Amino acid sequence: MLNKLRRLGPPLLLLAPSLILVGVFVYGLIAANFTTSLTDNHTAAQATGQEPAVFVWFTNYLDLLASEDFQHSLMNLVLYTVVFLAGTMVMGFLWAWMLDKPVKGEGLFRSVYLFPMAVSFVASGVVWRWLLNSNQDEQASGLNRLFQMVGLDALQNNWWNNVTFGIIAIAIPAIWQLSGYVMALFLAGFRGIPNELREAARMDGASEWKLYRYVLFPQLSPVALSALIIIGHMSLKAFDLIMSISKPANYQTKVPAVDMFVFKSSFDYANAAAVGSILLIIVALVIVPYLIRTNREEKR
Amino acid sequence: MRLNRRMTATVATAAVLGLTLAACGGGNTDGDTGGEGGGNQVEVFTWWAAGSEKAGLDALVGEFETQHPDIEFVNGAVAGGAGSAAKDLLQTRLQAQDPPDTFQAHAGMELQDYIDAAQIEDVSDLYDEFGLTDAFPADLVDRLSSDDGAIYSIPSNIHRANVVWANPTVLEENDIDPEAEYADLDAWIADLEKLDAAGVTPLSVGTTWTQVHLLETVLLASLGAEAYNGLWDGSTDWEGAEVIAALESFETLMGFTNDDRDGLDWPEATQMVIDGSAAFNVMGDWAVAAFEEQDKALGTDFTAAPVPGTDGTFDFLADSFTLPVGAPHPDGAKAWLETVGSLEGQVAFNQAKGSIPARTDADPADFSEYQQTAIESFSNDTIVSSLAHGAATPVATLNAISDATSKFTTGASDLAGFQSELAAAAQG
Repeated sequence: MLNKLRRLGPPLLLLAPSLILVGVFVYGLIAANFTTSLTDNHTAAQATGQEPAVFVWFTNYLDLLASEDFQHSLMNLVLYTVVFLAGTMVMGFLWAWMLDKPVKGEGLFRSVYLFPMAVSFVASGVVWRWLLNSNQDEQASGLNRLFQMVGLDALQNNWWNNVTFGIIAIAIPAIWQLSGYVMALFLAGFRGIPNELREAARMDGASEWKLYRYVLFPQLSPVALSALIIIGHMSLKAFDLIMSISKPANYQTKVPAVDMFVFKSSFDYANAAAVGSILLIIVALVIVPYLIRTNREEKR
Repeated sequence: MRLNRRMTATVATAAVLGLTLAACGGGNTDGDTGGEGGGNQVEVFTWWAAGSEKAGLDALVGEFETQHPDIEFVNGAVAGGAGSAAKDLLQTRLQAQDPPDTFQAHAGMELQDYIDAAQIEDVSDLYDEFGLTDAFPADLVDRLSSDDGAIYSIPSNIHRANVVWANPTVLEENDIDPEAEYADLDAWIADLEKLDAAGVTPLSVGTTWTQVHLLETVLLASLGAEAYNGLWDGSTDWEGAEVIAALESFETLMGFTNDDRDGLDWPEATQMVIDGSAAFNVMGDWAVAAFEEQDKALGTDFTAAPVPGTDGTFDFLADSFTLPVGAPHPDGAKAWLETVGSLEGQVAFNQAKGSIPARTDADPADFSEYQQTAIESFSNDTIVSSLAHGAATPVATLNAISDATSKFTTGASDLAGFQSELAAAAQG
């Protein structure tokens, strides 16, 4: 017993500060948030204890999920995530694939593609708000004006002001910013595949497509999964880019994170907490299987 | 040599220690004097951090220092997001029971959340003490008082929301008389149609809150002052036929506006009138600063008039100061409120900010041409509360109305759906 304590003691002692901090400020606050979301704490008076707040269990969740407006926010989130993921994966893979060939100035291209990631979402959002101006024809500016100048007038559209698909326009700057990052991940993946494998495949008479299909892609799949998870959880938490291109009250670009902000500013803490919990659950659905998988692989 | 080096090291260590101790000592002494002088200061929390708002605050502080030279002014201004950053921080501070000595808030129902949360004090006895009840118009005092007669803030300035700004050059080019006074919305809409046919943007508007601003003036024009007030106390039926007519006018007007509205804030929307790319813009009278900054003259380069159908009504909003519960320096806060309510304070502040005094005893000759017309209307017109600027409803109601409006103007709901969402929002 004493021996065991002596063996476990020092590591536990060293881990204790971070365990306590994470316990209080992450898991403790998640619990507090969840508790708030189960109450009817919808006004400032209840938040300060002037009026009682009682537990209503999952009423807030049911009301939110039943409301047409919140469904619209969730739909926007799904659209945004699908387009953002598909866009970054395709662009990132293409760039990595091209750079993996021996090309002149690889370093230059790599920096050029990676650089947008260094810009904050808020700063690029300000520029893209102008580029994605929804005026058309005579008053057009930004991308719509560019389309006119190159004779592609038919491509003009109202970008993020489309009530159903507007959110996709906001995925464009997000793709622009993070494709370079996905490229870097894939490029590292490509470089991690030993040249001998390719040579061996070629010796065996594999065509270029078969080489990719049966040798390279399987080797790249862990990289692709990591990229999906990283981009996916960023997309689910999207807030700053949307806020700097659009405004919190604009219906066409509402996502759950924006709803949470609006609820909080209306002193509706219970609904804000409920939206927060829903977001956490959605992100957990993405992250937890990944963690389990990684854990299993490490044990193997 | 070696000895010397050791010497140097020792001396250096001693010096560092000495400095550290001195620094600690210094810190302590400062802290002590700060603590002792604590009774004689006031932390004023605002979002007036730039432009004409900062100029106004500076002028008010100048007056405060003359009236109360023994009290130190501590500027708690928070910049960013047209006050949203400040409101966020204020919400946190009040919840943590660490209130500033006094904070800026829109007068009227926007204070309701703070009142319900018992975070601000009733200051109606200060109204008697400073003689404000008679200095402010009776209509205004009525609008500021809650049902039981308590008043929770002292207004520093008044703005008018129901103003339409126009570019006379654009109007003349399209054969419209810039001097025309429209009796009602329909007469105005007829001219807007002419402009629309000529390919000019007839009416510029910006993002959701400016659309709510337009909506409130349309409701006011269509329903009249009494029924408009009834929308907020429940005596006017949101589902009624009058409201349908008003919302139809609103729909027509929104049809005349620019496509990129949701990406613009009010300065960009007003700029369209200044530049002549739009003919009209409905915006509060703080917009006059945007015209004047660009050397435009009232009457020749731009015109200002009450929104058609609202002549004789003054749709007001006001900034005001409060007395938070548990303010660390209540005496300082009361001194600040005294200056805010005083004639000298109101004149100094409003000359710099471009709004008008809430007091009726200020001399109009001290103010600019536009301000003089506003002062005259303020003392003669019926005063009603602005929706978009927090005077008419609590924050949660306004947010729900904003959401419904955005949904409607982006085309996600029809008129009937809009109306029932508004009715639901007003019920809370």
